Amino acid sequence: MTRMTRGISGFPIVSAIVAVFVAAPVVALLFLAAQGSGDLWPHLVAYVLPQAVMDTAILLVGVGILVIVIGTGAAWLVTAYDFPGRGVLQWALLLPLAMPTYIIAYAYLDLLHPVGPVQTALRAMLGLSSPRDLILPDIRSMGGCILLFGFVLFPYVYFTTRAMFVMQMASLVEVARTLGASRFGLFWHVALPLARPAIAVGASLALMDALNDIGASEFLGVRTMTVSIYSTWVNRSNLPGAAQIALIMLALVISLILIERYARRRQSYAGAAQRSRRLSPEPLHGFKALLAILACALPVVIGFVAPALHLLVEAMQRVQFAGISTSLIAQTINTVTISALATAVALAIGLVLAFTARLLRGRVTQMILRTASLGYAIPGTVLAIGLLGPIALIETFVGDAAHALFGISTGLFMSASGAALIYAYVARFLTISTGNIENGLARLSPSLDHAARTLGASASGVVTRIHLPLISPALLSAAVLIFVDCMKELPATLLLRPLNFETLATHLYGEAARGTYEDGSIAALAIVLFGLLPIILLSRIGQRKVAVEGQNAAESALLPERSR
Amino acid sequence: MAQAFVRSTLCALALFGFAGAAKAQEVNLYTVREPGLVRPLIEAFTKKTGIKVNTIFMNDGLAERVQAEGARSPADVLMTVDVARLVEIAEKGIAQPIRSETLESAIPAQLRDAEGRWFALSMRARLVYVAKDRVRDEAITYEDLADPKWKGKLCIRSGQHPYNIALISAYIAHHGEAAAETWLRGVKANLARRATGGDREVARDILGNLCEAGVGNSYYVGLMRSGAGGPDQLKWGDAIKVLLPTFKTGGTHVNASGAAIAKNAPNRDNAVKFLEFLVSDEGQKIYTQDNFEYPVKSGAMVNPIIAALGSLQPDTKNLSEIARHRRAASMLVDKVGFDN
Repeated sequence: MTRMTRGISGFPIVSAIVAVFVAAPVVALLFLAAQGSGDLWPHLVAYVLPQAVMDTAILLVGVGILVIVIGTGAAWLVTAYDFPGRGVLQWALLLPLAMPTYIIAYAYLDLLHPVGPVQTALRAMLGLSSPRDLILPDIRSMGGCILLFGFVLFPYVYFTTRAMFVMQMASLVEVARTLGASRFGLFWHVALPLARPAIAVGASLALMDALNDIGASEFLGVRTMTVSIYSTWVNRSNLPGAAQIALIMLALVISLILIERYARRRQSYAGAAQRSRRLSPEPLHGFKALLAILACALPVVIGFVAPALHLLVEAMQRVQFAGISTSLIAQTINTVTISALATAVALAIGLVLAFTARLLRGRVTQMILRTASLGYAIPGTVLAIGLLGPIALIETFVGDAAHALFGISTGLFMSASGAALIYAYVARFLTISTGNIENGLARLSPSLDHAARTLGASASGVVTRIHLPLISPALLSAAVLIFVDCMKELPATLLLRPLNFETLATHLYGEAARGTYEDGSIAALAIVLFGLLPIILLSRIGQRKVAVEGQNAAESALLPERSR
Repeated sequence: MAQAFVRSTLCALALFGFAGAAKAQEVNLYTVREPGLVRPLIEAFTKKTGIKVNTIFMNDGLAERVQAEGARSPADVLMTVDVARLVEIAEKGIAQPIRSETLESAIPAQLRDAEGRWFALSMRARLVYVAKDRVRDEAITYEDLADPKWKGKLCIRSGQHPYNIALISAYIAHHGEAAAETWLRGVKANLARRATGGDREVARDILGNLCEAGVGNSYYVGLMRSGAGGPDQLKWGDAIKVLLPTFKTGGTHVNASGAAIAKNAPNRDNAVKFLEFLVSDEGQKIYTQDNFEYPVKSGAMVNPIIAALGSLQPDTKNLSEIARHRRAASMLVDKVGFDN
């Protein structure tokens, strides 16, 4: 044990245990896959793969381009410039994340269908009577699906990238400006390359969401590989075959992530070990300000405001004749409690993993850290199926031990208590936690650690007194993303929850499956509302910090010799 | 809130973990049928018997969960739709055979497992919706759907959806796999849009002039036309004329919702009582009147909206036999690129 690691000797052990738990569902899938899938692959190769691989690739490339353009563009605008409405837009740009994708797909079909309000109004304006007279492209298409995912998933990129822009050394930017770079040049040559790890994290989250989605893409008629997993499993009772497809997709996803990391292996993103200051935004006026407002507002309107308004109108109609279900309160409590617990656990584990990797640089710790991303890279239902085995094993093991030692029966203590759900959420969303924390840490120069250690701080002291405060923005971002994702998580919640345990997402799905999703729109709005609270809270904390730092900046402007 | 969670956790533990001690009158239901459909049945049952019903509504994976829970599974009743899934539950060995005079006399033999491992509880028919104001046809066969006269005019949900898989399985049962492939290619060639959405989108797209005809289940007509799905769906329901198609060699394709009693059911007797209630006059009335399904029990009334569609002559092919073809049906859908 080196001097650097004294005081955190428990971390590697905890990390290894966590890795075992997180990898358990994947191992379970490996066992399933090993049972053999009969003549599945010749069939897939002949009839499914040519189409599904193509569809999947087009979808991912399209969504990837959209989320990166919208996400980084909006993040740069709200960080580098000041314009009216910037304060609201800063957090409003996160809103599209708050609603399940499939609900947005339903809402958009309602809105854009030939008999929906948009086309009806268009026809009225043009004086046409029949939908036959005006045939517009159908949202149920690859193009529609790409647009929808792009405008709903871009906040992953926006969020992670903005945190990066905000934390970027103002000094670095100022140097670039001194050398004559324009604001755009700054963005293109300095900010963007620096934000690459953040863009990679955000975009991979968004793309994995798009890849593993089943509700929206199926509804819009796009046949990804994930859809094939379903028909293999559900219609042909070939779970081993489904597990094989899922694992191969997992391998592809992981290799893409590794390739991206390998490509930037030589780059270091750590700033100098001096106080970082914020970039002071440049005020925009007139036409330019208007353009900036439009550019930031459009994604919010498409990704959130329009579908949410539609749901609100529908919800109000329902409330008038159906009333608000009393179980909504219980569902909300269930949802918020279990999501908050899962978020806390995911953050704590993410911290342990990321710190272990930072303090003990090595292949093994890196591999442990990478296992955290396994859960997010497979479709939710497949992950849930993979968890059934490990959960049963744990319950049997603990049950037998408890029976032998204390003579009591613990039964299905995990699935009956909701612990199975927390396990599933953590296994699924841990990568958001580790990804954000790791990126936050990567910006802190190792010289900070060394300086602190030289001054006599213990390893845990470095963590609590230096790292934690400095990465708190990244930590908060992770918390918000995980919390919102847990609130709307569906497949694992459906499969692994206890009896009589309804959440907002399961209630909404129950209505949607019946074809009365508007009846569930109140639940959808509740998800948005409770997802919103932490976002607003977060932005308030952020703004206070901005105010404090703004003051610092002002002081340094007044006293240039002392601050530089 | 945390307190509520701890309390519910303790309750859950008390209920299932240490179930040996407390024997409250209850029954645990795992269902893939939506809460909105099941709730009226549960409420009526509890009111009548005083037995509490604990439920989990889930989607795919019900059988896998019960399997994983093994001997300690709290599941008593496994409720699902689609005969193929019922057969699968029986074949996975997670259901137990039940002998019940009440169930056997209420449910015709072809609508239950010969060994008593599953029972159909309600029926639905796979129908054809056509544009009321634009299509003159008054009768149609499933075979006709491949007729080129419908080219560019047909709407249907994904071929891989269990309802369509069951229909294609039935086609295989009637005409064999080769004929089914030709038919499916013909239907695919007639599609006006991608095979996607739900059955109600067929009616909506007919109203929107995107298609002239399509395939949808019987109860959706009731949900749309009764106004239960809201004012918009009322308009969709009004835009269509509903035909009861048949196979050239038989009747209308029907499928069932049903239930099995779990192998390790801790409340087996209550579970039997629950199933018996579901096929009682009161239970069947909820299925037909609230959910717009056809009853399994002869003599039970169907909802007037459904009755108005005409008298149903169900296909006489055995449902379990149809279910056996579903793997072939699913592979055919891939083979002809039906969903592409």
